[in-house]
Amino acid sequence: MAEMWKGNHAIAEAAVRAGCMFYAGYPITPSTEIMEYLSYRLPELDRAFVQAESELAGVNMIIGGAACGYRCLTASSGPGISLKQEGMSVLADEELAAVVINVVRYGNGLGTLYSAQCDYHRETKGGGNGDYRVIVLCPGSIQEAVDHVSLAYELAEKYRMVTMIMTEGALGQMMEPVTMPEFQEVKRNPWALDGHYSYKKIGIFDRDSMKEAVELNDKYAAVKANEQRWEDQGLEDADYVFVSYGLPGQSTIGAVKQLQAEGHKVGFIRPITAWPFPEKAFEKINPNVKGLITVEANATGQMVDDVALYIKKVQKDRNVPAYCLPYVYGIPAMKDIKSDFAKVVAGEIKEVY
Amino acid sequence: MAIKRKVPAIIDKPMNFCPGCGHGIVARLICECLEELGQDNNVIFPVGVGCSSNLGGGFTADRFHCPHGRASAVATGMKRVSPENIVIAYQGDGDAYSIGIAETMNAAYRNEKITVITVNNTNFGMTGGQMSWTTMPGQKTTTSQTGRDCSITGAPIKFPEMVASQFDVAYVARGSVHTPAEINKSKKYIKTAIQAQMNGEGYSMVEILSPCPVNWGQTPVQAMETIANNIVPYYPLGELKKKEAE
Amino acid sequence: MSKVTIFADRCKECGLCVANCPKKVISFVEEINAAGYRPVQIDDEACIACGICYVTCPDGVYEVK
Repeated sequence: MAEMWKGNHAIAEAAVRAGCMFYAGYPITPSTEIMEYLSYRLPELDRAFVQAESELAGVNMIIGGAACGYRCLTASSGPGISLKQEGMSVLADEELAAVVINVVRYGNGLGTLYSAQCDYHRETKGGGNGDYRVIVLCPGSIQEAVDHVSLAYELAEKYRMVTMIMTEGALGQMMEPVTMPEFQEVKRNPWALDGHYSYKKIGIFDRDSMKEAVELNDKYAAVKANEQRWEDQGLEDADYVFVSYGLPGQSTIGAVKQLQAEGHKVGFIRPITAWPFPEKAFEKINPNVKGLITVEANATGQMVDDVALYIKKVQKDRNVPAYCLPYVYGIPAMKDIKSDFAKVVAGEIKEVY
Repeated sequence: MAIKRKVPAIIDKPMNFCPGCGHGIVARLICECLEELGQDNNVIFPVGVGCSSNLGGGFTADRFHCPHGRASAVATGMKRVSPENIVIAYQGDGDAYSIGIAETMNAAYRNEKITVITVNNTNFGMTGGQMSWTTMPGQKTTTSQTGRDCSITGAPIKFPEMVASQFDVAYVARGSVHTPAEINKSKKYIKTAIQAQMNGEGYSMVEILSPCPVNWGQTPVQAMETIANNIVPYYPLGELKKKEAE
Repeated sequence: MSKVTIFADRCKECGLCVANCPKKVISFVEEINAAGYRPVQIDDEACIACGICYVTCPDGVYEVK
């Protein structure tokens, strides 16, 4: 039976049920409740919790826990995730499984406390040094976020990489009915440090980067081939396809349904993985589509770059325009999406690509 | 009647340290202690960045090359999830006290049940001899080329003293490797530190003064004399804190 | 059977053992090793197997039987 849960608390409880052994992090709005909840819940179950001295220390503690093979978690927002970037690059390099949660808030630098989608580029392209990738899940509801936690650990362990759950402030703070999953046992991955030198890591100066490059590319190719997730509707005969994720994605779906009822030929793609980007959804789009429109909660338009790239990749011989409706922060109202759609069709809003 | 002495198996590999560097001695002492305490098959080394990094290839045991400065935080995570293992963070003075001061200090502040060994050679060795927070007043380095001016850079940091006087930890000591007698004393400090971890007493750390012949521009023998004459007066040796048995 | 075994390929000619040997029985050989250093040698007769060379060597050159 479903119960009402606050988003951040639900995500935290889902981590506990997925067998999370250790949380280390730092308070930052709007993610703090995840840490507060785990500060008493993990010790209740004899698991480990540290309120770290900074987000930087927090991700490094997670590196230690993940290196020992346990499911660990850290959560943050905005500049806190910026502080974790070196750590994420290290987790990628060491092929450790870890889950990081970004409850996105709007702005550069210290930023604001508004719910947003302004970290898309960084999370999907990698904000730390080097050419690694991170699996990025973007839930559109609290139930989906809860289901994503266990999925995030499974994917992280299957591919030995970081999975980020890129959610947003509003989802962390709101309440929705949720059915919690069953408890999973805490387990230790066999390819980890156990103190007995069972898993023979080679020394850092003995590594062969050329050989590793091939393996890295093979890994990411496998993720792209197998792990794309999305929701779509109405693509086959659409004149215009909206692409939007998270809570703005839900608003977009509502707008699309109303537009369809008014006779417009529109469809939507709601990415559930931002990386790997749901290219397979694009293969279903009407070969005569007139344009793609992203609905994003940021200022400069970020996902529109990927949308333009993929529609060009999939419909090579055409030049399908890619539009962006950047609502800066918050969750756009369906009526605003509809009226901006009319402007796109009328040529008043120009394409980005 | 000779005492048998053989390099412990987990450190018995040729290593890339400079001739006369103290790291090889310190790493061997740690491994001798682990062997004698029966923990040489139950240890994880979070290793810092710098000359310490050579132990990524040196230790034949579980080790992890940590981001620069963060080995004490990585050690915290390791020990929290895996308390049955001995976790020894191995860092230089630059790694532990400059870039890593927050993490190194906070692990002590929280009395994490880890052991931290810092090898103090008063400079950033691996990157070519820049000033570190333990560089002596007037000491020339590549970033204090006319000698360290403490009025603008601060005076050399006394980290073990800070921890011993401010935090409720299990064991703090400072040793050196500049004479065989001091090497033997340092081994005793390291062993006591590891025993504190085995007994679950709390945080233990040992700082060890070490020569850096290449960056100090001296022969190894001269560098050892420099420690005796210039560094020990500033950084006194001995046990700074020891929890009494209850 | 000599009292001390020397792994000459590990020696980096740092001189710490030579300086600290209480009986001054350690010296360098003429030929260089694979790394280009002149490794050490011990006058076995005069050696008292005190182990100080082992203690002060950073490179695991010595084993005292």
